[in-house]
Amino acid sequence: MTMRLMDGSEAIVEAAIQAGLRFYAGYPMSPATELLEYMAEKLPHHEGVCINAATEIEGINMALGAAAGGFRAASGSCGQGLALMQEAIAEAALNETPIVIFNMARNQQDYFQATRGGGWGDYRTITLAPKDLHEAVEHAQLAFHLADKYRVPVIFMGDNLLARTQMGTTLPQLDLAPLPPKDWQLDGTSGGTGKSRQIWTFGCGKTNDPGPGPSKHWERIAAKFDAIAEVEARYEEGFTDDAETLVVAFGSGGKFVEHVVREMRADGHKVGYFRPVTLWPYPGEALERASQGCKRVLVFELNAGQMIDDVRLNVHDRKLVKAIGGVSFDESGLNLGPLMDATVIRERIELAIHGASK
Amino acid sequence: MSIVMTTRPPEAPSNKVASFKPTLLQTEEHHLCPGCGEPVAIRLVLEVIEELGLAQKNVSIIGHGCYGSFIMTMDVDSTLCLHGRAPAVATGLKRMRPEVAVWTLQGDGDMTSEGLAEILHATARGENITCILLNNGVFGDTGGQMTASSVIGQRTKNTLEGRDAAYHGYPIVIGDMVAAMPGSAFVARGSVHNAASIAATRRLIRKGFQRQMEKKGLSLVEILTMCPTGWFVPASGGADYMMESLGKTYPLGEIKDIAATEQA
Repeated sequence: MTMRLMDGSEAIVEAAIQAGLRFYAGYPMSPATELLEYMAEKLPHHEGVCINAATEIEGINMALGAAAGGFRAASGSCGQGLALMQEAIAEAALNETPIVIFNMARNQQDYFQATRGGGWGDYRTITLAPKDLHEAVEHAQLAFHLADKYRVPVIFMGDNLLARTQMGTTLPQLDLAPLPPKDWQLDGTSGGTGKSRQIWTFGCGKTNDPGPGPSKHWERIAAKFDAIAEVEARYEEGFTDDAETLVVAFGSGGKFVEHVVREMRADGHKVGYFRPVTLWPYPGEALERASQGCKRVLVFELNAGQMIDDVRLNVHDRKLVKAIGGVSFDESGLNLGPLMDATVIRERIELAIHGASK
Repeated sequence: MSIVMTTRPPEAPSNKVASFKPTLLQTEEHHLCPGCGEPVAIRLVLEVIEELGLAQKNVSIIGHGCYGSFIMTMDVDSTLCLHGRAPAVATGLKRMRPEVAVWTLQGDGDMTSEGLAEILHATARGENITCILLNNGVFGDTGGQMTASSVIGQRTKNTLEGRDAAYHGYPIVIGDMVAAMPGSAFVARGSVHNAASIAATRRLIRKGFQRQMEKKGLSLVEILTMCPTGWFVPASGGADYMMESLGKTYPLGEIKDIAATEQA
């Protein structure tokens, strides 16, 4: 493919369709709206379907139906829209339906919702938080791969910077290992054979082939998430070998922090950065190692303190951890606020360093 | 209404007169209460699916209610989805597999209380799915509470003095609502309270699936089913009670058939 200039939302949609997405159902909500618009425009040209759902609840349940039929399916929204989907996200985890949920978030107050979830049961959601559009195009592909590989819901956590920034891209394709056929899909062909298929949260199976039942089924699901946590944590770090100050941030915030840390390094400061690429599984062991020997671990996030819990859980001395972010919106309440700014971030890092040395 | 004599044992042991197990049921056994109408209704649906040659060309999307346990005994590709959302799940599956007969199985609590938005919007979109509503006017699975379809005067565990329109509101007659929308192809109400109604209901279910395969739009086949446990009446009295209560609010028969309209 030749290089094209695209809106972030368009690039993400193109990458998802390249990855095999064939069904999307969503409901408009800024800044996730453009994603829906591009899905509606493009999917019908790829033997796909995009439905303008009446509610977020309806949309994600439609996606569950398409995914149960064996197709790559997704829904999307942001913030409160994701909140409405939580029951269905939990259901997808517990009945093992692979779906992708695009959260084009308004800022970074979606961290708890993505990593802890608001649904019922012992489940987690793999959450990919790209720092920029180049990574977002990769994550749009990786999300479907991981969803199918483990039969789990995967959250793609973007924001309005990703959704609305333009980028020239060739949409490079990830080289992902082939996956086994979906022998569990509901294609309607096995009725009356004694081997009819079933997707069911309670895992009781059929009369002639009983399943493990709810307790054992949910125990197995929980063990599956433990296994995913062992191998799927992704992260990026820089200058952590000799850093006295480590700054932890995710998503677009991670990109800003990386830039600021490079600037400060050039000016001779012993600063490093650490960015969880997956918010769940959280790259805790990597953070523990990266923060060894640091005098302080600063957490930059545009919320009142959500990821900081995971940082405290993983740094060897939680007293080293300090928040340098905060709630920050623009006047509309719909977009990232003035805190997402390299100059401001640098001021806060320097204040934390110098304040500590006084 | 006949009186159940509980003061002495039955005069004769129960006597099985014939096997009624359709091919698509793995067993005749079920754990629903004596006098329940749901197994009869489900049996009819499975028989019609087989008759129409759809045994290996159908998927059921099941809601939450007593009938949900049939996911274990129906030999059909199935999923038991979230409460109320069956028409949405069916939409996603049907749009991607239009050649497959996709049908939903919901109770009145599932469809008219929790899932009113899903059934109405699926109808508005004219989805080619067949929705089976087992209407007993009560939340049977939780032990007999009011649903949106409970009829005026009906006593439930949370309408102890009977459903009062001024306090609890009026019942939702979903069949009329769906029939009034252009996206519906076939809407009918049957019952399983006697042999004649069972035979008539089988024909309604058949039309419901035929309209789907003809791609005419959404079909809703509502079936009044006895729930003596949830109505607090003797098992043998369920059929009479149902037609004296629900039967008056929900009259039986075809409400809409797009095929008949097209021929006229």
